[in-house]
Formats: sequence, C-alpha cells, structure tokens
Amino acid sequence: MAKTIETVEVALSGPTPGQVLRGRIFGHRGLMFGGLVLAAICIIAVLAPVLAPHDPYTQNLLTRMQPPVWFDKGTWDHPLGTDHLGRDYMSRLIYGARISLMIGGIAAVISGLIGTAMGVAAGYFGGKVDTVVTFVINVRLAMPVVLVALAVVAVFGGSLQVVILVLGLLLWDRFAVVMRAATQQLRSMEYVNAARAIGCSTWRIVFSEIMPNIVNSLIVVVTLEMAHAILLEAALSFLGLGVQPPTPSWGLMVSEGKQMLLFEPWLITIPGVALFVLVLAINLLGDGLRDVSAPENRN
Amino acid sequence: MIYTLKRLGLAILVALAVSMLSFTLLHLSGDPASAIAGESATDADIAAIRAFYGFDRPLIVQYADWLFSAVRGDFGESYYFQLPVAQLIGDRLSITMTLGICGISFAILTAVPLGVAAAVRPNSIIDRVALFISVMGQAMPSFWFGLVLVVIFSIKFRLLPPSGTDGWQNFVMPTVVLGYYAMPAIMRLTRAGMLDVLSADYVRTARAKGASEMRVMFKHALRNAIIPVVSLSAVQMGFMLGGSIVVESIFALHGAGYLAWESIGRNDLPTVQALILIFALFYIVFTFLSDLLNAWLDPRMRVG
Repeated sequence: MAKTIETVEVALSGPTPGQVLRGRIFGHRGLMFGGLVLAAICIIAVLAPVLAPHDPYTQNLLTRMQPPVWFDKGTWDHPLGTDHLGRDYMSRLIYGARISLMIGGIAAVISGLIGTAMGVAAGYFGGKVDTVVTFVINVRLAMPVVLVALAVVAVFGGSLQVVILVLGLLLWDRFAVVMRAATQQLRSMEYVNAARAIGCSTWRIVFSEIMPNIVNSLIVVVTLEMAHAILLEAALSFLGLGVQPPTPSWGLMVSEGKQMLLFEPWLITIPGVALFVLVLAINLLGDGLRDVSAPENRN
Repeated sequence: MIYTLKRLGLAILVALAVSMLSFTLLHLSGDPASAIAGESATDADIAAIRAFYGFDRPLIVQYADWLFSAVRGDFGESYYFQLPVAQLIGDRLSITMTLGICGISFAILTAVPLGVAAAVRPNSIIDRVALFISVMGQAMPSFWFGLVLVVIFSIKFRLLPPSGTDGWQNFVMPTVVLGYYAMPAIMRLTRAGMLDVLSADYVRTARAKGASEMRVMFKHALRNAIIPVVSLSAVQMGFMLGGSIVVESIFALHGAGYLAWESIGRNDLPTVQALILIFALFYIVFTFLSDLLNAWLDPRMRVG
C-alpha cells in the first residue's frame, strides 16, 4: 500500500498547467527579449520627465547640431547631441517613446474593438451578417491605407488625436479576419451548443463561451497591429502629414534629420534605430505569444 | 464561369464602395472652394469658384457626376496643373508599375530560394538567417531603410543617384526597399509550404524510386508548394503599389505615388480622388487575378 501511495504522489507532483505555461513563456527567447525590451521602453516613456536630461522643446541656437558623445566634439551634456534647433536629442527621443506607444496602443484598442465586434458577429451569426462583414473587410483591404490616411489627415489637420483616430479606424481588418475565423471554429463546439440549449442569451454566449477562447489570438493581433500602427504613424509623420512639429515623434525626427543627411547621418540613425527596436520588440512578443498559446502550430 | 462572374461582380462592388467612401471623406470635411481660392480670396470669389466646380450641389449628385465621368476615363481637371487628371496620371503610372514589377520580382527572387533553403534544413544556419532577414524586414520602417541606403550607396560610395527619375540607376534602391517590404510574407509562406510538401507521400515515393534530390525538390516539391506563393505574390503586388507612395517620395521618383503625395499637399482633390481609386483598383485587380489563379490551380476553391 505504501508503495502505491508513493507513486500516486509522484504522479501528482508533476508540473501543473500553470507551471507548464510559465516554463514555456520563460523558455521562449524571442518572447522574453521582446517583452523585456517593450517593458523597458514603457518604463522610459512613463518616467520621461525624470529621465530626460533637458526639456524636449527648449531651443538653443547656440548649441545647434552638436554630435553625440561618441564623436570627437560630443559632450555628456547632450549624450545624443542636439538637432537643427539646438534641442537635446536624447530628451526628444525619450519623449518620442510616449508618442509612439500612445499612438500604437490607443489605435490598436480602437481597431481591436471595431474588428473584434465585426469578426465575432460575422463568425457567430454567419449568413447575411457574414456576407456583409466580408464585403466591408474587402472594401477596407482595397483602400490604400497610406494614401487614405495621408489624405484624411491633410483634410482634418495633423494632430495626435486625428492620427490616432485615423489609424484606429483603418487598421481593424486583421482583427476582423482573425476573429471571424476563430469564432467560426467555436460556433459549433459542444459547449456553445450546450449553452444555447439551456437558453443562454447571445450576449452571454459571446462573452462567456466565445470570448475567453479567442482572447489568445486577440492578444497576438493586438501586438501585431500595435507595431503596424507605430510604423504607419512614423511614415505619416515622416511625410509631413502626421504628428506636427514640434512634437517629438520619431518619424518626424527622421524627417527633420533628412535635411542634414549629407553631413549628420546620425540625426536619422538614432530615431530610426529607436523605431526599429520598439517594433522589433513588439513583433517578437507577438510571435512568441502565438507560439506559446498554440504550440501545436509551431514549426 | 459562374465563379468568375461572381468574383467579378464582387470586385466591381468593392471598387464602387471604395470610390464612394473616399469621395465622401474628401468632400465632407472643409470647403474645397476656399482651399482652391487661397487665403486672400473674397467671399464672392469663393462663391464663384464653388459654383464653377459645382460644390454647391448635393454631395450625392457630385459623386454621381464624378462617377459617370470616371467610368468614361474622365477624372476631371487638376486644380493645380489645370490639366486633365487622366493625362497627368497616365504619364506617372508607368513609373509606378515599373517600380512595382521590379519590387515584386526582387521579393520573389530572394524570398523563394531563401524559403526553400530554410525548409530543406529546418533550424540550420540558413533557416536562422532567413528568419532573421524576415524579422528585420517586418520591423524596419521602409522610409528609414531607404534613407540608410541613400547614406551608404549615394553619399558614402557614390554608386547610385539619391533621387530623380533619369535612368535605371534611379530604380535600384526603390526596388530593394519596396521588395524588402513584401519579402518576409512570401518567404515565410514558401518555407511553411515546402515543409508541408516535403513530408508528403508523393515526395517520399519520388525519393524511393530513386529520383535525384534536385528533381525531387524542383519537379515534385516546389511545384506544389509554389501555388499559394503565387497568389500571395499577386496580393502583395497590390499592397506594394499602395505602399509605393512612401518609397517614391523618399527617392523623389516621379511616379503616381509621388504625385499623390504632392497633390495631397496641394489640396488637389480631383487628382487625389482619382489616385485613391486607381490604387484601389490595382489591389482589386490583383486579388481578382489571384482568386482566379487559385481556382484554376485548385478546383476545390471554386465552390467557396
């Protein structure tokens, strides 16, 4: 008897599902790297007033275009140098993280709400609802995003709110496509049928049977679309029809540095690398989350 | 045949919806008449312009009017150039098309071999390099990548012109930037498709009967794995032409994308309106072709 109890204990002391998941998350290098870098950038953005050595808007024409500290003429007073108006580049970079994260985050939430509502409705109800939603998705995909966003921003004027709203209203397509497919798979599951059979309302079925099961793919799409929105904002600002000066947007910084491309290439290198690192971190996090939440699809 | 007609009808409906949406977006906000008249115009001037261009009519009438002309190839007259928009765009479109074709060719020619090599030896060095290249491509802002290329190849080594539309040299860097944008998706799909196909029975049979590895790879495996890649490439081509606005403006390549960017800055509504429709049509036509191609290659698709 004692022996059987022992073996039972051994079997029970195996890893719990939570431990397995945690092990997978911490064992995934891309996910850990992306998550840590994104967390670091978020902390920098939140603590911007404490971390920035100078005010990002203060101009000083006497100290224009100072190179970063690793060049001969660089000083520690301006570790990343100063721009064409003498503003501290490091402070602008730090405050720029706020702009990128805010635009990416809010735009992803807006488009997530629109896309998820459309996708779940299409997948759950099928039939005519599905036909209409699929058509709307097709129309949205056919609209040239950059061109439409530029034109709308030009008409309404470039401000942070307009850019966020335009991106949020344009980037819901992937949410709708993914959520529609995920809901279609769940619709005929037994527990959904059971819920319907005991007379649950549609709302209840959607929120307590469908949503918990598609939240994994939802999070993955949120990260990817956040990266997408950040890149698009940077492109719009670079083209002069996004966030307007003197706001320290990274895309705008690249655009301002473009004038001095010939002599001071670091002016575009620094904000470009910042954008690249942020988007890379978010993408790695998203890819990692997909691997962890659906290990059977990994290859 | 029914499938083709259904798809065609859908494509036309999508094009109509896009044109209606963009027309409304551009006309609802602000007053085009005061934008054309400029800042020093009197109220009478603005009223005259409003009447001349017909801005005083209901929006739906303006749209119907525009649509009927557009179907006949008449997109109105550019406010800025005082030229027919159709003529203005026609000149620029060939440059954008050239860029698009070069870009997608570059993407396919790099992505497919890399994807195949990665799938043949999963988790090898080649696989990792391919994954690295595609992850980089997805995270790098294309406008920044373009500028970095300019710094390296135009300023440092003086090999290629930084901007302009004078010869083939002007197309090299834009092709790379635009192609790199489409490459990661094509590569990942090639790799996934090849991995699938390489474990299929007919590949094992081909190996078993002693076919050379080259023959197995290209005759048996790649031919099957390439089907979804071809249709994805068509869709990517449509997306890419829409994205060429950024690339053309970095390199001052005077194509339709550059014209779009300039026209937006100049408030040249007829030109912007026509370009949005044309870029949407590109996407719609390429997706339509990709659907037909799929249906032709894989009869199971014709039901859906």
